[in-house]
Amino acid sequence: MVNTTCVECGSELTISDDVESGEILDCDDCGIELEVISVDPVELSTAPELEEDWGE
Amino acid sequence: MNVGFLYSQIRADEKLLLTELRSRGHDILKIDVRKHQFSIKSPSPDFKDLDIVIDRCIAQSQSKFASMFFDSYDIPIVNKPAIVERCSDKIKTSLLLTKAGIPTPETTVAFSTESALETIESIGYPCVIKPVVGSWGRLMAKIDNRTAAEAIVEHKATLGHYEHKIFYIQKFINKPNRDIRVVAADGNPIAAMTRTSTHWLTNAAKGAQSAAYEIPDDVASLVEQASKAVGGGLLGVDLMELEEGGFTVHEINPGTEFKALNECVDVDVPSHIINWIESLVHKKGDIK
Repeated sequence: MVNTTCVECGSELTISDDVESGEILDCDDCGIELEVISVDPVELSTAPELEEDWGE
Repeated sequence: MNVGFLYSQIRADEKLLLTELRSRGHDILKIDVRKHQFSIKSPSPDFKDLDIVIDRCIAQSQSKFASMFFDSYDIPIVNKPAIVERCSDKIKTSLLLTKAGIPTPETTVAFSTESALETIESIGYPCVIKPVVGSWGRLMAKIDNRTAAEAIVEHKATLGHYEHKIFYIQKFINKPNRDIRVVAADGNPIAAMTRTSTHWLTNAAKGAQSAAYEIPDDVASLVEQASKAVGGGLLGVDLMELEEGGFTVHEINPGTEFKALNECVDVDVPSHIINWIESLVHKKGDIK
């Protein structure tokens, strides 16, 4: 497991070792969606906002 | 095989596919559509050894256009751009389903607010207005009366994007609080679920409850026909049960999500998807 912090609220996050670049995670504390922008080391950013053409 | 994995975000669905691909020892090139450029002349050298590309872009516009490039480079892509184009545009899907004789909700398209209101009055209440391109139940409206119709049509006309001024209006189907999602590869069902909600929208993204669904022969047949009508590929075919019996196909999803399905059925959905993708490369005869 990898420890990091939420870029929005600063709370501690524990992330699985098999995390992927581009993966979307939720912060359990503030609820924001986060995107993994790199895995070595793990770096997070806030996930992009929903766009009108997103979906299936 | 060498697999290009085209994406913009890795959700649970994409992670399931990546895990399955890695467990089988396939080489994966992750292609973040936001970071690559696509030349009309020739592919990036990064793409030269790819046997196939799996498109999992979250944005339908990215899928539609990025898939055109791989198709142009003669690199097989799932799904093909023509399939994405036909299924991400509700008007095209409705026309193709109707032409193929597949039951689909009665639909009329209008191009002005006045014409849209006339159409709504003609179809009767309740009816449904949907964006031509859209997903997850977004911006769909059930219209119960003239007052709501006037408000919704006016709002759509002022939303800004020209597509909102194309009014896709459908007869409301009084389904039994659920619809059916079948994930199929080239028309062959992999697994299916019902999505149940007391809300008229039964999208999983809107919180509907998923449950495994055993596919009867008539549904399997409709799925096969619907898939054929749009060109095959990996699809999420949505059907509703009709009060008078039978089914209607109301949507075909070219970038189908399957996490909720995988959780409620005994079938290993990502495994079946990768089996099918492997079969495509085998057929082409150059699996590595």
